[in-house]
Amino acid sequence: MSNKVIHAIYNDDDILMDAVKKTRAAHHHIEEVFTPFPVHGLDKAMGLAPTRLAICAFIYGCIGISFGTWMMNYIMIQDWPQDIGGKPSFSYIENMPAFVPIMFEETVFFAAHLMVITFYMRSRLWPFKEAENPDVRTTDDHFLMEVAVNDNEKELVSFFENTGAVEVKVIDKH
Amino acid sequence: MYTFSSKLKTFSLILMVAGLLGIGYGFYAAPKDIQAVEEILAADAHGSHEVSKSTEEHEVAGGHKAETAEHKVVSVDTEHKEHLEHVLHQLQNKPWAALYVACIFFLLVTLGVLAFYAIQQVAQAGWSPVLFRVMQGITAYLPVGSVIFFIFLVIIGITNSEHIHLNHLFVWMDPEVVAHDKLIANKSGYLNFPFWIIRAAIFLIGWNLYRYYSRKNCLAQDESTDDSFYKKNFKMSAGFLVFFIVTESIMSWDWIMSVDPHWFSTLFGWYVFASFIVSAITTICLVSLYLKSKGFLEHVNTSHIHDLAKFMFGFSVFWTYLWFSQFMLIWYANIPEEVTYFVTRIELYNLPFFGAVVMNFVFPLLILINTDFKRISWVLVMAGTVILLGHYIDFFNMIMPGTVGDQWFIGVSEIASVLFFMGLFIYVVFSALTKVPLLPKRNPFIEESKHFHY
Repeated sequence: MSNKVIHAIYNDDDILMDAVKKTRAAHHHIEEVFTPFPVHGLDKAMGLAPTRLAICAFIYGCIGISFGTWMMNYIMIQDWPQDIGGKPSFSYIENMPAFVPIMFEETVFFAAHLMVITFYMRSRLWPFKEAENPDVRTTDDHFLMEVAVNDNEKELVSFFENTGAVEVKVIDKH
Repeated sequence: MYTFSSKLKTFSLILMVAGLLGIGYGFYAAPKDIQAVEEILAADAHGSHEVSKSTEEHEVAGGHKAETAEHKVVSVDTEHKEHLEHVLHQLQNKPWAALYVACIFFLLVTLGVLAFYAIQQVAQAGWSPVLFRVMQGITAYLPVGSVIFFIFLVIIGITNSEHIHLNHLFVWMDPEVVAHDKLIANKSGYLNFPFWIIRAAIFLIGWNLYRYYSRKNCLAQDESTDDSFYKKNFKMSAGFLVFFIVTESIMSWDWIMSVDPHWFSTLFGWYVFASFIVSAITTICLVSLYLKSKGFLEHVNTSHIHDLAKFMFGFSVFWTYLWFSQFMLIWYANIPEEVTYFVTRIELYNLPFFGAVVMNFVFPLLILINTDFKRISWVLVMAGTVILLGHYIDFFNMIMPGTVGDQWFIGVSEIASVLFFMGLFIYVVFSALTKVPLLPKRNPFIEESKHFHY
């Protein structure tokens, strides 16, 4: 009984946004919303906590620039000092401007790749994972809102039919 | 309708009066002959025994390039005299250069706002129409700034051709210098006063024409029944942007790069553009925040401000990218005639040169990287003030080394010039804002703009 959920399906993101706001206002618990594309402002409407991915990105960028600095110092100064373009100095700092593009690229590289990996891990996505979305139409042109049922099945069904859903289903979730 | 508060009006008038007094004092205090220069140099702790060293530096500084091998054998006395003459020119340049930097800075900030506005029109941006009247208000300074700037250029040119050397901001104008300088002589087909002033006139008139008609159409659109004025503006703005990017580049060579006539950089136009576009967006942001704090612009919400702040952040990084690109290529290649530009700046202008990077890059990067900070007014006012000061210093770094060399100092002349133009800018801009409603009510995107949220 507590594993029963409602699947309300919409065919327009604006109607979905309104429905999400109404559902939240009526204090029904939205478990998840499945959409074919990112809907702007949906996270705020659903009341999700702000993402902390940006903080991760900053940390990854710092790691990247440190790695770039270390790498250029090791390659160009310590391991095999190289004289390129008449800059034979064995000092890192005096050659630093030449290393800035590499340090910059490492920053971007680390921030971008680690952020994507973090995002996948946080979303529990990995290769060969079975899809979680309950209805294949959410990968095409439909939007699906999953709402928990607490002995109020009839009330919920009529509630969602009034929010502009094209289809309302009660599903037994195992 | 906005009304220009008497407090702000008085403030702008005080700035102008203080500025004028300071500018006048700067010209009055500049030394008149080499005796005065000798006294000034003697008063400096390191007097004449550093002459030979600083003469070398002056050659680097790109003032007068008449020195040839013969000079190595002339007596120390003539060399000393020549040095004094040189320092005299630099000190006489100083109030002129200070005025020039402030004048061109405010003119280009306005031009940047105009370009940003044109981009909004061409992109058919949905977020920005509520800010159009602010941008048009700021560009009201363009005609005023253009006239003052043009008069300034004409005065420099005429006095030079009449051999009354009030100043030596553009050494290539001096026929004496050109006669002894092969590099400048080869460029004289392009760098000569008549062609230079004609170019300046075309650029300034072109920009002002766009500003005038674009604003006129935007106002006519308010009372119109269809979108024809909007469409006209769209086409005109696209044309203007093409004209702008070509003239902007040439303008930067003519008015800024030519103070160092031996040196050139192929990305200089972009570099100058980056500097003034970030200042321009900062100005739009600060003026909007001011109007909002006074209870106007009720449709401008924190999302609009957030977008402006994102542009401030982004263009600060863009400026740094170009600053570094220009520096690194020249530093790496290390070709004497190119690298002298940066040698002068790093040796003689160390603090402003690297200070500008801190103010224009490090500070905005650290403070504006946070999403929430981009919506907090006082953070933006603080960051904006630092960015504007930093880009003034950036223009200072572009113009001063070629005009006053190691005699630079941010003193009465420099501060007073900035105060004068800031006062004038505030007076003109806020007077213009009172003339028309602050909401372009029939812009086709106005509803989207009012409800813009991020």
